[in-house]
Amino acid sequence: MRRFATERAKKLIVGSFLSSRSPSPSSHLLSSSAAAAASAMGSTQSPPVTLDSINPKVIKCEYAVRGEIVSHAQRLQQELQTKPGAHPFDEILYCNIGNPQSLAQQPITFFREVLALCDHPSILDKSETHALFSADAIARAWQILDLIPGRATGAYSHSQGIKGLRDAIAAGIAARDGFPANADDIFLTDGASPAVHMMMQLLIRSEKDGILCPIPQYPLYSASIALHGGSLVPYYLDEATGWGLEISEVKKQLEDARSKGIAVRAIVVINPGNPTGQVLAEENQREIVEFCKKEGLVLLADEVYQENIYVENKKFNSFKKIARSMGYGEQDISLVSFQSVSKGYYGECGKRGGYMEVTGFSADVREQIYKVASVNLCSNISGQILASLVMNTPKVGDESYESFIAEKNGILSSLARRAKALEDAFNSLEGVTCNKAEGAMYLFPRLHLPQKAIEAAKVVNAAPDAFYARRLLDATGIVVVPGSGFGQVPGTWHFRCTILPQEDKIPAIISRLKAFHESFMEEFHD
Amino acid sequence: MTPKPLDYESLNENVKKVAYAVRGELYFRASELQKEGKKIIFTDVGNPHALGQKPLSFPRQVVALCQAPFLLDDPNVGLLFPADAIARARHYLSMTSGGLGAYSDSRGIPGVRKEVADFIERRDGYPSDPELIFLTDGASKGVMQMLNTIIRDEKDGILVPVPQYPLYSAAISLCGGSLVPYYLEEEANWGLDFYNIHQSVAAAHSKGITVRAMVIINPGNPTGQCLSEANIRELLKFCFQENLVLLADEVYQQNIYQDERPFVSARKILFDMGPPISKEVQLVSFHTVSKGYWGECGQRGGYFEMTNLPSQTVDEIYKVASVSLSPNVPGQIFLGLMVNPPKAGDISYLKLVQESKAVLESLRRRAHIMTDGFNSCRNVVCNFTEGAMYSFPQIRLPLKAIEAARKAGKAPDVFYCLKLLEATGIATVPGSGFGQKEGVFHLRTTILPAEEDMPAIMTSFRKFNDEFMEQYEDYRGYSRM
Repeated sequence: MRRFATERAKKLIVGSFLSSRSPSPSSHLLSSSAAAAASAMGSTQSPPVTLDSINPKVIKCEYAVRGEIVSHAQRLQQELQTKPGAHPFDEILYCNIGNPQSLAQQPITFFREVLALCDHPSILDKSETHALFSADAIARAWQILDLIPGRATGAYSHSQGIKGLRDAIAAGIAARDGFPANADDIFLTDGASPAVHMMMQLLIRSEKDGILCPIPQYPLYSASIALHGGSLVPYYLDEATGWGLEISEVKKQLEDARSKGIAVRAIVVINPGNPTGQVLAEENQREIVEFCKKEGLVLLADEVYQENIYVENKKFNSFKKIARSMGYGEQDISLVSFQSVSKGYYGECGKRGGYMEVTGFSADVREQIYKVASVNLCSNISGQILASLVMNTPKVGDESYESFIAEKNGILSSLARRAKALEDAFNSLEGVTCNKAEGAMYLFPRLHLPQKAIEAAKVVNAAPDAFYARRLLDATGIVVVPGSGFGQVPGTWHFRCTILPQEDKIPAIISRLKAFHESFMEEFHD
Repeated sequence: MTPKPLDYESLNENVKKVAYAVRGELYFRASELQKEGKKIIFTDVGNPHALGQKPLSFPRQVVALCQAPFLLDDPNVGLLFPADAIARARHYLSMTSGGLGAYSDSRGIPGVRKEVADFIERRDGYPSDPELIFLTDGASKGVMQMLNTIIRDEKDGILVPVPQYPLYSAAISLCGGSLVPYYLEEEANWGLDFYNIHQSVAAAHSKGITVRAMVIINPGNPTGQCLSEANIRELLKFCFQENLVLLADEVYQQNIYQDERPFVSARKILFDMGPPISKEVQLVSFHTVSKGYWGECGQRGGYFEMTNLPSQTVDEIYKVASVSLSPNVPGQIFLGLMVNPPKAGDISYLKLVQESKAVLESLRRRAHIMTDGFNSCRNVVCNFTEGAMYSFPQIRLPLKAIEAARKAGKAPDVFYCLKLLEATGIATVPGSGFGQKEGVFHLRTTILPAEEDMPAIMTSFRKFNDEFMEQYEDYRGYSRM
């Protein structure tokens, strides 16, 4: 009916336009005919944007970190307010997401001082400012503002980010690695995630393009690959060896994918790992670099947890450092390194600051990367400034150095203690084994669930780890993410729990966890 | 040499198809010249603060306090910050899940979304649901998200005005869809031509394209025209008839320089029209902190509001938003402040009003200076900038100039703009970056240079233009008829 009426309306419009030949907009000619057409219509067509007609890649994409269990937790949280006493806990503890400041971690004072001054530069000229801000924060703000044309922090910057800030970040990278870095290789983005999306967009032409991803992985990768219509090629980390990365496994998966006609374009390596927390050994990293060079793979190095290392015997080495120390340069390996202001000891998730350092690509490809970045004009300036601060912290002798170091070490040592306390707690539970969190912000314990529990899960159409996580939430208010959200060896079950609740809350969390687990195992023991 | 994994040949074709002239050839050349020491006047991007417009004081005070909450406890804080800024900082901090440094709800802080909904209700007279308002890192990200949701493959077409802001063409390319152009009528003040729109749709259909959505930019970019209520009604009827979702880019709603057609939102008209249209037509409206009299481009604050979308679709959009975790929190606070500014009686009210008025009145004057300036130049015709931030004069290039351009391997308007840049330092964007009718050339410039610099800029332009026309014309006295 609507289509018929549309045809009729069109004829009327065309007819009247041709007869009048007026160059003015024919909207006035349309009025009466359109009105007639409109009144003759019923809504027989389904609206343009419904579940059936949206991009199927959107439907396919999943992201468990803010998925179903979190929605349920939010409902419970509402109920705690409207019906106090309705649940056996009085607060929801969000251990599902690496969001430190939402769990009372304090920001680094020096960083916030500089950011506040950059947000409101007109107070820099006032004498009262010295009463409120440290001298080196004021100096750093001046220095940063001088890098910004017109000191205009409200202006769009260069699409890769402010040049002077990229210089500072490049200097920070060089100081960290002992190998030079180039400001032109750096793309500042609204967090590391948009940079990951950009690379996936560039790399994926169709579902025949595959990206090697660790299993378990942070589900940004699986989601991004789905959104861009590619194929995820899994390589399994070895739980038995502390989530070790075996090159033989990667090679096997690569060959398997190729035999199925998949062009494997890149490999994602998350170091330190998420959710697994392992820090790669140098030898391991060299194997990976060699492998990428030989197989013609882009190495996508997610290094956002580079400042979260909790074990004495491991340290962070960037893949760029490893590659360069092997004598490999721009001609030898295509490497993208991702860093963020959201993690480390700074935990500034809400700022959306981050960058990718892109090396080993030809000029015409870099032009394309720049072009895609330019469509969004630029990332938020405050986040850019913060990224430069993270890569260039106060030095010995600076006024803020002592307090900065105290804050930094305080947070990192507390994270290390919490990682250990929770690891021990999980290992003390019947049927639970938990690898050490060498780095990052998570524990990923394995649940050896009794058959009865697995069956009970089946009955309610849930994966066993989702079933467990839901029960845990309902009993204790603790929110974790089922392992199926990250991928795991089929038939094994895990969940990811952050180490982020404040230290004084940890004992209570552990005791509630234990109590719940005991009663769960009691209920379902074989 | 072995092919490298990311050689140009093996890139995603959709990426290669993207063109975004706003930061393209002219911008690069201007940057090169700047490095060589030439003074460049960047009138290529709607970037007010880069051309000397000062930020409004109140939002900067509030956000600075939110950045450094320890200031709030300092006894000296009142020496530098007014009491209402201090109170507002506390208000926003209490809405967050742990200050500026925590990821918020993936849709944005609920309290800010409520402020946006209240703003929309005050503006339009119809209630708005905060649950259907999603905050984004700038409006552009919201546009990308919506187009990515709608476009399934190259058979999905999106109606886009020509000339258009090339975010739309770029995003459609990236998403693998098809752009279905509808030409605005330059001689009718960049007005809508429904005959042409219908023809475009028919042409698309004949190519097997399903037209899914229609983009309107109101006020227009680069064209500046403000749609009338009658225009919007026609558009909504059209979308109803053709079963299209209307994507209403309203980021320039505060930038209006004439009084005949004040801004009216697509949503208001939608509801004014009553059922069935008000219940059936799907609408997504976009807004930002980057434009208006705020001009806070660098903060990346924006939102989109969905009307008449099924809840399952909204869920899917939420799901994709959650993959990026959350929009930046300071940008969200800027947005909250924009839609909920100080009120009469507040300490900072008068200053804010004064700062805002100064910017808007100056923009209006500059819109006139620029339009009149262009119209006084040989072979240049320019519609008045009714709204937004740009001037889009038509440059009637003589045949010899067009030939010279071809010889130089450049599009005629690119050739002209490069010459303009090299002669005067004025960096513009050639009209081909926005789309134009075949053989008709334009450039886009902004009305943003400081008012006191405008006369000199226009004089400089006229001198260049008139010499250029002198050089390339076969005869004098080109008729303007």
